[in-house]
Formats: sequence, structure tokens, C-alpha cells
Amino acid sequence: DRPFNLSYLYANNAIKTSKYNVFTFLPLNLFEQFTRLANAYFLFLLLLQLIPQVSSLSWFTTAVPLILVLSMTAVKDASDDINRHRCDRQVNNRQVNVLTDGELKKEKWMNVQVGDIVKLESNHFVTADLLLLSSSEPLNLVYVETAELDGETNLKVKQALTVTGEMGDNIEALSTFRGEVRCEPPNNRLDKFKGNLTVNGQTYGLDNDKILLRGCTLRNTEWCFGLVIFGGPDTKLMQNSGKTTFKRTSIDHLMNVLVLCIFGFLGTMCFVLAIGNAIWEVKEGSVFTAFLPREAGVNAALSSFLSFWSYVIVLNTVVPISLYVSVEIIRLGNSFYIDWDRKMYYPKNDTPAQARTTTLNEELGQIKYIFSDKTGTLTQNIMTFNKCSINGKNYGKHSKNMCFMLLSLQKTQRVDFSWNQLADPNFIFHDYSLLETVKEGNPEARAFFRLLALCHTVMPEEKKEGELNYQAQSPDEGALVTAARNFGFVFRSRTPETITIMEMGRKVTCELLAVLDFNNVRKRMSVIVRSPEGKMTLYCKGADTIIYERLHPSCKKLMDVTTGHLNEYAGDGLRTLVLAYKDLEESYMDGWRQRHHEASTAMEGQEEMLNELYEEIEKDMTLLGATAVEDKLQDGVPQTIEQLAKADIKIWVLTGDKQETAENIGYSCNMLREEMKDVFIVAANTAFALEKDLELELLRTACMCQTVICCRVTPLQKAQVVQLVKKYKQAVTLAIGDGANDVSMIKAAHIGVGISGQEGMQAVLSSDFSFAQFRYLQRLLLVHGRWSYLRMCKFLRYFFYKNFTFTFVHFWYAFFCGFSAQTVYDEWFITLYNLMYTALPILRLIISQFSNSFSFLFQYPQLYSPGQLNMYFSKKAFVRCMMHSCYSSLILFFIPWAAMHDTVRDDGRDIADYQSFALLAQTCLLVVVSAQLCLDTHYWTTVNQLFVWGSLFLFHNKTLNCGLILLFFSVILGTARNSLNQPNVWLTIFLISLLCILPVVALRFVLLQIRPTINDKVRHMVGKEVLPSPAPRRPPARRISTRQSGYAFSHSQGYGNLVTSQGFLLKRPLKGRSILFTQTDSALAENKPQQYRTITEEVEESQSSHSW
Amino acid sequence: MGRAKDKSGPLARRPDNSAFKQQRLPAWSPMLTANTVLPFFYLMALICMLLGVWLLLTVQSTREVKLDYTEHGACERCFQMRKNVSFAGEPCTCEVNFSIGKQFKGDVFFYYGLKNFHQNLRRYMDSRDDGQTVGRKNKLKNPSGYCEPFARDSNGVPIAPCGAVANSMFNDTFTLTYHQSSRSIPVPLLRTGLTWYTDKNIKYRNPAVDNLTLAQAFEGTVRPLYWQKAVYELDPDDPNNNGFINDDLIIWMREAAFPNFKKLYGILNRNDNVKFAKGLPSGNYTINITYNFPVQPFRGRKEVVLTTLTWFGGQNHFLPVAYLVTSSLLFLTAVVLTVVWWKFGKKGKNMQLTFQ
Repeated sequence: DRPFNLSYLYANNAIKTSKYNVFTFLPLNLFEQFTRLANAYFLFLLLLQLIPQVSSLSWFTTAVPLILVLSMTAVKDASDDINRHRCDRQVNNRQVNVLTDGELKKEKWMNVQVGDIVKLESNHFVTADLLLLSSSEPLNLVYVETAELDGETNLKVKQALTVTGEMGDNIEALSTFRGEVRCEPPNNRLDKFKGNLTVNGQTYGLDNDKILLRGCTLRNTEWCFGLVIFGGPDTKLMQNSGKTTFKRTSIDHLMNVLVLCIFGFLGTMCFVLAIGNAIWEVKEGSVFTAFLPREAGVNAALSSFLSFWSYVIVLNTVVPISLYVSVEIIRLGNSFYIDWDRKMYYPKNDTPAQARTTTLNEELGQIKYIFSDKTGTLTQNIMTFNKCSINGKNYGKHSKNMCFMLLSLQKTQRVDFSWNQLADPNFIFHDYSLLETVKEGNPEARAFFRLLALCHTVMPEEKKEGELNYQAQSPDEGALVTAARNFGFVFRSRTPETITIMEMGRKVTCELLAVLDFNNVRKRMSVIVRSPEGKMTLYCKGADTIIYERLHPSCKKLMDVTTGHLNEYAGDGLRTLVLAYKDLEESYMDGWRQRHHEASTAMEGQEEMLNELYEEIEKDMTLLGATAVEDKLQDGVPQTIEQLAKADIKIWVLTGDKQETAENIGYSCNMLREEMKDVFIVAANTAFALEKDLELELLRTACMCQTVICCRVTPLQKAQVVQLVKKYKQAVTLAIGDGANDVSMIKAAHIGVGISGQEGMQAVLSSDFSFAQFRYLQRLLLVHGRWSYLRMCKFLRYFFYKNFTFTFVHFWYAFFCGFSAQTVYDEWFITLYNLMYTALPILRLIISQFSNSFSFLFQYPQLYSPGQLNMYFSKKAFVRCMMHSCYSSLILFFIPWAAMHDTVRDDGRDIADYQSFALLAQTCLLVVVSAQLCLDTHYWTTVNQLFVWGSLFLFHNKTLNCGLILLFFSVILGTARNSLNQPNVWLTIFLISLLCILPVVALRFVLLQIRPTINDKVRHMVGKEVLPSPAPRRPPARRISTRQSGYAFSHSQGYGNLVTSQGFLLKRPLKGRSILFTQTDSALAENKPQQYRTITEEVEESQSSHSW
Repeated sequence: MGRAKDKSGPLARRPDNSAFKQQRLPAWSPMLTANTVLPFFYLMALICMLLGVWLLLTVQSTREVKLDYTEHGACERCFQMRKNVSFAGEPCTCEVNFSIGKQFKGDVFFYYGLKNFHQNLRRYMDSRDDGQTVGRKNKLKNPSGYCEPFARDSNGVPIAPCGAVANSMFNDTFTLTYHQSSRSIPVPLLRTGLTWYTDKNIKYRNPAVDNLTLAQAFEGTVRPLYWQKAVYELDPDDPNNNGFINDDLIIWMREAAFPNFKKLYGILNRNDNVKFAKGLPSGNYTINITYNFPVQPFRGRKEVVLTTLTWFGGQNHFLPVAYLVTSSLLFLTAVVLTVVWWKFGKKGKNMQLTFQ
């Protein structure tokens, strides 16, 4: 009861994902911000500036930008946190029925305590981690969907202990229920739970099957009762939503390195100047004391020390505070462009692309490797029953040109299934003749569909009369059963012993005698049923090679015809299955069943015995026909892959699927082509290869090949492969996937992309970018990625250039002002330089600079490659930047010096004074920096021009405008109007602009002539508008050769044993997928013939069918 | 973005189709083509050359006399005398003679120049109180801390104007005499109207005088340590040129950007004497110098400059020469670029897109 449990101080069910509250916000947020290097540095500067002996600049020069930056970040953090608060509140205030004092009361989630018993109803979210006590369903089962937890949308079964299940919904029994649960402490493992329950002195073991985890949704279960074990922060969901590792782009890393270098450089400069100061103080300063006495206790050495710090302040602009902010803003802008992009919006399910992480987008322009999941990513994970061959007759359209046919067919010949009330309205088939055949009562056709309706492990779900829903283990099966359903063989319901189907409107209940389940070795599945008439039949479907070996010789002729069809199907990239049946004798069957029972209860060698039995009965079968299921590719996948390949991006497909399936998809999406020589296919045993010594070998081999397909990989291995490439190739990787099994890979890669498709949101939630279709990847990379990268690089180059130029001028001036840390520019100019004058135009400009036609980006995917090679921003580029700014600063300082130091205004008055010089220097700087910006802008739009000129105007406004003059009253008043009306000032500005800009123009021109980059070339072509129309796309080569597609069952073992075993619902509830994974794996580990193999063309041709 | 739009329906989350959001703003993409770059370089070279020649001619037309009088002739004595601080109070005058071969036409400007005097040291520049010189009463008696150690004298009386800048004000005075045959004619110099309008009228103000005399307004302050006269007595001839709005003070307080500088001392008054109506005639001149400012300690030099001006300012050859040099460099570059373009770029071979 509650008070007792409360005494243990378990965490209650309130969750808190927010970081701050009203009072802690300021201190905590500030603390967090100051842990960032840049902010701390500027705080340090600010403190330095408060020391009067050192302060070479007024405190506001640092304080203003710092406060701006801090407050901007704080506002952003605050709004984020308010959102989190809102979310928390919403979740915490959800209602749930709690059993208190013998009755059910509505309570808010946050008030639920450990030890409470709660009642959940269908479609409710599970409140906390619960121990399942009882449920409305027979055998105390509940069905839950774990989409929020692991992204899997198929239903999982949980089962309560019998001892608790007996209580049912008896409120009294439940409220008097006393038990003690001992379990492991809260952890984040979703698939493990250990503990025990003691009731009335008896102890029962608890495992994961009895636990409902927070985040799941109750489905198909009217109600259930659960005992809260972990609440709020202790739940596995919350334990899992731990700290996500922060991804950083390579540019980030480079920037950090550079900033460190800059620190060093700053130190050196300051040191040089401090030495200079010492020398000057000894030689000149000491004799100047009459005019400027030293402060008490200051000698040359101390003065030099102080001047070191003073110069740290003056030259601080080399480590620009606004850099990080600006970078963030640019990234944010780029992310908005991604969010806004209509061409990545998928209208069918109303999903726009989403940049979930805003800090990574320039890395999109540097991708070298793409790791793609197959199911749901390349394919739609929708299987459609496309064609079939029944008794040697081919149904479904013969497709020479499938796409075209489909288009025209869709309008004209869609088969009308309206006569069948139970038909699935989404099913599409284009061949009337098949329906007619079935309606005519063709026995083979009927047997064909009867087989499809009987031989499977699908679970039906019929909520309302006539509204059937199938829960299929693999989408293939679902497609086949659905096909049967539409052709009038409706699978209605099943019990462990029977299967009920509607055969052309007539209800038929067959007795299910045995299920000979699928596994990877058998590659087939059979059922033995007894029809109501008492006829016993074995229905079998499986891989062609396997079934063909087990057919009755009388089928020889039919086999040949069917083989022809199979080849045709395989050539179209369809997944094929061969169907066969066999009538059984009662007498034989009795014996067989007897032995089967013995075998299945045997303690030892059970599996072999069963296999033998299966082998024995599955022979001399009669061929019925073959089915072809299309694993539908998403739209535009082949084209996208081709484009990405042209952009020199390597695509690896990592899939849990079988090799054949994977290869098949490889062919259909253009990754594998007949003419390819080096194709590398890694199968499950990558596990071996991922061990230390083979790692490199694997990588070396893999990288020599054009295409790599890894099949049979587990989620963990997917991540390992990604890590491997990351580790040894130093290349930027991108992982794209849609399911929970891709999460690890998505997290491991530099950039994770989630497809928001059918398989739940798990992948999307852990991804950095998400969109609805694989084909948008090409736009994300080739357009947004390239642009983001270009923008970022240009921005960085320009940013460093402008700041170095700015700072170096101070350096040169030091030699004229006795190293006294006098600045060249006016203090307000220094304060606002980064923030306003140049940051604004740059942001605007960078953000909207590439506004031009996109089409040539797609025509020339090669434009992408410079990013992969880090061509636009690297250490080399940085050094070049520095040299350039060094040159510019020399011009910017010495030309005004030479022009001004000995001259006067045209009316004889002063113009060589400090303030005029400062004004001249800063005007020149702005003009040069803006001109450089224009030069760097490849695409001029009105917006960016507006901003450039706007900032120049702002500058003049500042110095000329009366309103602002008050602000600058004492400092720079009148300087502008006294010097900017002088022709020699303007002549100086003009000369400086020429000298700064023209060498750059000349150099670029020469480079353009001698070594034009691919960018230049394309721009040249675009400029000339002589773009050749893109080469006609090679129609996807139709494969004539083989049928690797042979067997189409998807990855995991069926429910077979569950369906049949008498106690299936009692003893062995369904296992989660993860467990099935390990099973298949071990099954595979047993036959590990080759580790990987290289398929060459010749092999390809000869290998009619190699299978596992 | 998450902004809740009032859109609903199947396409509720479709992004807007604006040119900006879809990055379809009309843009102009300038490209460095030979057609634009090469003519531009030639044109610039030409412009620079024309400018250079024009400026050179302009500068050549100015006349200038520079005289370093630090230890010149008779001033040697004063130079030695000023070495020793104990003689600081003693007056010392000397004369410097020079002659002008050709007439100085038009306005003639008289400058004094200092070399190696660092008006641009940070602490020196900060050592002033703009609040005081703008005439604020409270600042007059309470000079800002920046002025230290020249804020108050040893008795604690505030100094006006305070600070190292004002304290070190240049205090040599000059009179110019023209020798015509045996007659000496003093050359009239305008000693006001030398400053920027904004300085004289906005940035420098005397403390509010009301009915008081300037001396009374400055009561309670002392003159800077190195000064011989109080700030309200700087110009004995023109009572309106005293206090903080004294031209010499304002000019001095406008700190020079570099250690070598010249500052305006006076302008030839062409209305005073017909002789000088057209400028300075050729002939012999003498400058009488009251030699007060010590430069020996910091190895400085002092000079006087007499010059005529054009629209371009004084006789500074740097810009014309720089333009000429730039012009030739540009021309060279242009030629090189032409050659490069001729050899590489013309046929556009490099521009071909070749893909493997």
C-alpha cells in the first residue's frame, strides 16, 4: 500500500526534462555559457580591461558583444526550456486510472507512485514501467506497440503471471493484493529485466515478458492492470533518453584547432610587441618622462609586461567572439532552407524535410560514404503481388517496359474486386484473365490461392465484421495472403488447430495438422491441413531451387515452363516463390504425426529429427505455380544512386536481409550492373571480419570496389562498419535508414538521416536530418549540402580575412606609437566592427548568395566533389587567408600613413591627427572588406547588395549623422565632416581599394585561365548557356541472367512453432524481433562457407543460383 | 518551422513557395571573363596614370620651405640652455634666416613641426579631460582621473586644462620678418581661424562666463605645470582667443597620429599689407623664435614649415608617385594577364568539362 511504498522514496512518476527553473536559470545558464571557451575568453578579456594599467580599450568594446552573445544564447536556451517545461507538463498531467482504497480513481501521471496499481485501456500510453498483473485477453496476454521505444510497429505480446492473472479485473482482489517485487535497479536495457515476485511466500520469476515499459501503447487489449515498478526518471524510457553524444562537424574540429593556433599566434604577436615596448621604454620612454611621467613603480620591464596584456586586449579580434555566433546563425539559416525546401516535401504524407540538428549542415557537402539501409529506405517496404504463374500460364502483365505499362494500365485495367466484400481496397492487379480463371473454377488456380490462404503464419485481426487486418511476419507473406484474399480466398481466422478461410464466399474451416516452419536452411514452409471433406493436403511454398528438387518427376514439363517464367520475374527484380502441394494418405499421415509428436517432444536431437521428418514428407510434390512479389523501390531511387555515384560518393548498403534479396535490390536500384567487375558483397559473417585483424583487410577490399553490399548485418554490426570507415578512412560518412535497427548506425555516422516512413519514428528521432523519401537525399547533398559547405567555407575564409586584416593594422601601428597599445581605430568602431558592419552583410549574403538555378547542380553532380576533398577550407586555405590579410593590412596601414602623415587639408588645417587617421583607416578597411565580399559573392542578389551597401551606409551614418553624433560626442565628433570632404582622402581610399582588390582579381583570373576549377567550368558553361542536355538516361538494364531472387521470405523465422504448438500461447509467447535476430545469426554461423566473395561478370553469368 | 500556421488540410505542413524560401531570388552572377577583366585593368592603369600625372603637377605647383631650427645657428645656444631644467624659466630667443627664390603665390601657411614627439602614446592620449575642455563646471574643479598626474598641482588645486597633453603644449612662438633691401617688414600672420569649425565651436568651450571675466571663470584652478601663462592669458592680443578655445591649444590638443607631425601656427594675412596681397614675395626672411620647448631630452627636432596649398593639400609627393607606380604595375599585370589569357584561356580548352 501507498504509505509503505512511499517510505522508500522511490522516484515518482513525474518527469523533468527541463534544465532550469525561474530562479536557477540565470546562474546555471551563465555558468554553462562560460564553460564555452570563447565566452570564457571574453570574460577574461573583460576582466583584463577592468585593470586600468592594462586596459587599452574601454570595457564596453568587449562587454557589448559579450552581452549580446550571452543574451542571444540565453534567450534561445530559455525558449527551448520553456518548450520542455510545456512538454513535461503535458505528459505529467495525463490521466490514468489508479486503484486506491479499493476503487479506481483518475490521477495525473505525475502523482502515480511506485507500488500503485493502474488500469490501462486500449490505445493508452503505458504510464510507467509496469509489472503486468492481469488483462482482459485470454491467457492474460496484452498486445503492445513499442514504436516510441524502439520504433517497431508490429505488436508485441506480453503475458502476466498466472498467479496475478487470476485476479482479472476483480477490484477487490487487486486492491488487497500483497506482493513483493525484487528486481534489478533501474537501467536502460529495453530487452532485459530480472526480478522476482513474492506472493504469499511463493516466489515467481519475472522477465521482460511481464513488464510493460513506459512509452509503449496498449493495442487490441480492452484493459489490463499493472503494478508500477519504476516511475518517472527511473523508467527505461527515461533512462534511455540520456545524453545524446554531440556531433561536431569536421569544420568544427578544424576551427577549434585554428582557434588554438590563433591563440598561439596572438601570444607571439603580443610577445613581440611587449619586447618592442621594453626596448622603446628603455630608449625613448625613459627620456620622454618629462612629458609623460611613468606611473608609480612602473619600470621598463613592468611596462612591457603590462603592454603584453594590453596588446592581448587590442589584438583580441583575431580570436573573434562573433565567429561562433555567426557560424551558428549561418547553420541555422541553412537549416531553415532545408526545412523550407518544397522539393523535399512529400505531399503524400505531408512530411517536409527537417533539419533536426542545425549544427551539421555544412558537413552535408563533404559526404564521402553513404551507408544505407535497404528496407524502407531504398524500398518502400511494401510488397505487391505482381505476377504469378499458375500451371504454366503466366498472369500479370508481361513487362518489357514496366514503368510505361504501369502508367497506362493504372488508368485502364485495374482489376475490380468489388464483388468481394472482404477484398482489400488497396490491392491492385492488372490482369483480368486471372480473376476470370479463378471464377471459372479452374482447379489449379483455386488450389493456388487456397495454398496462399493456408500456408503462412499470418495473424488476422478483425475488429469489425469485414474489416480484416493482417499482422504478417514478413511483408511478403502479407502480400501473398492479401492477394489470395482479393481473389476470393479470404483468410479469416486461425486457432492453434484450425484455419478458417472464405473460399469464394463459402466459409471453410480446415484442420491444421502441422506447420513445417520456415528457416534459413529449409528455405521453404509447409502446412498440412485437413479440409472439411477430410482430404489431407500438404501445401508448400519456398525457394525455386529447393522446391524443384522435391517435385514429382511428372511435373517436369510444367517445371520447364515455370522456370521460364521465374527467370522472367527475376529479371524484373521480383521476388519469387514456388508453390507446390501434395495430397496425403490418411494412413501415412497417422504414422507421420505419431513420429512428429515423438520428435518434437524428444529431449535430444529434436531439431535433426524434425528436419528428417520434414524432408521425408516434403517430396514428390506437385507443382502449382509461382508467385512474383515486387519489393517496391521508392521513387527515383536508381536515379538518385546514379547521381550520388557520379558525385563520387560511395554507397554501401547495409541490410539485415538475405544476400539474394540484397543483391536483387542492388540490381534494381542500379547499384549493381551487369558490366560491373568489382562488386563486393559481405554477408553476415562480417562479424568475423569486424574482429581486429580482419578489419583492415575488409576495409581495403571493400574500398577497392565500386559497390558494397553488406547483408545479414545486425544493427550493431551496421554501426561497427560505419565506425570502421570513420576510423580508417577519415572520410565523412552519412547513414540513412528508417527503422529502429538503423539507429545505432545513424548515431555512429557523422550524419544520420532518418526516413520518416512506415517503421515508426525511432530512426527519425535519433537522426540529424529527416525526410520522407530516399530520393530527397540527392537534393539534400547536392544542393543543400554543397551550398551549406560553400557558404560556411566562404564565410570562414572571409571572416578570418576581415578579422586578421583588422588586427594586423594595429600591429603595424604599434611601431609608430611606441608599442603603447594604442589602437588605430575608434573604440566604437572596434566594438561594432564584428557585430554590425561586417557580420550583418556577411550573414545576409552568405545566406542568400547562391540564388540561382538548381538544375545544373543535378546535371553536374561532380560539382559536389570539392567538398569531399576539403578544398574550400583547410589549414592551407587558412594560411593563405592570413597572408592575404597581412598584405591587405600592410596596404591599409602604410598607404594612409604615407599619404597623410605630412599633409594638411586644403585650407591648411589638420588632417594628420589621430582621429582623422583613424577614420581614414577604418573607412578604407570597410571599403576594402566590403569590396572583397562582393568579389567573393558569386551570385549577387538585391538582398545581399542591399546589406553590403547598407552596412557601409550605416557606418557613414554613424560618423555623420547628428543623432548618433551625441553618442560619439567626445571621441570622433566632426572628424568625418572635416576629413571626408577632402579629395586627397578619397584618392587615398581609391588607391587602397585598387591595391587591395586588383591583385586578387588578377590572381583569380590567372587561376581561372590556367587551372579552372570544376565550379568555374560549370559556371562558364552556364554563363554561356551552352549546357548540353543531359545525356539520355540509360534505361535500367534488364537482367536476363539469373534468379538470385529465388526465395523471397524475409529475414526472420516465422511464427510456425507458435502457431502449431498446443501450448503456444501458454508457454512461449512471441519473441521480440531482437531475439529472432540472434537466432538467425546463430543459424547462419553454422554454415559459414565463404566470408565474402567477389562476383565478377563471368561468375555472374554462370552462377545460375548460388544460395545459402 | 514550427510556427503554428492556420493552415490545415492535407498539405498543412507544406513549405511556402516564396522566392526567398525556395532560394529562387533573381541573381546576377558576375564572372571574371577576359572581356571584362582585361579592359578593366587597362582602363584602371590609364586612370591611375592620368591621376598620378595630374596630382604630380598639382603637387609640383606648391612651394614649401622647411627649416629645422633645433640647433640651427643662433638657436644652438637656446638648445643647450633648454637641456637644463633649472633654466626653464629663463627666456631665450634666436633668429633663423632663410630666403625664398620664387614667390609663394596665394595663401601661405606657417607650421611648426615636431619630430620624435609621441603624441600617440596610449597613456598620453588618454591623459586629458574632454569634459573639462568642453566647459563643464564640475569638471573644471574636478578633473578626471585620466589626467593624473597632471590633474592637480602639489597643493591639490585642480589644473586647467589638465592632463599630459595640455601640459606639454608647444610653446615656442614665432614672428616672421621680410627683408626688402634694408627695410624689415613684419609679415602679418593670422593666429586665429586655424582650427576645425567643430573643434572651436562644439568640442571646446570655456566655462560659462556670464558676467565674469575669463580669469574669474577659471578661478580656483592653476595653469599646467609647464606653462608660463594661464589658460585665459594665452593670447594677449585677442581676448576672444583665450581659455579653452584658444586656437593653439585646440590644435595642440588634436593629437597627431604619428611621432613626426606639423601643426598650423598661422596663416599669412594677405589683407593687412599690400606687399603680401599676392602671397610671400621672393627675398630674405627672418624668423624670430622664442625658444621654450625643450626637445633635447627625447632627441626630438623642431622645424618650421612655410607652404602654399592646393586643393590637394600640402606638398606630399607620395600619392602622385603611388598612383604612377600603381599605374605601371597595373599595366604590367594587364599585359601578363593578356598573355596568360592568350596562351591558356582564349580557346577555352581548359574550360571544357571532362568527366571520367
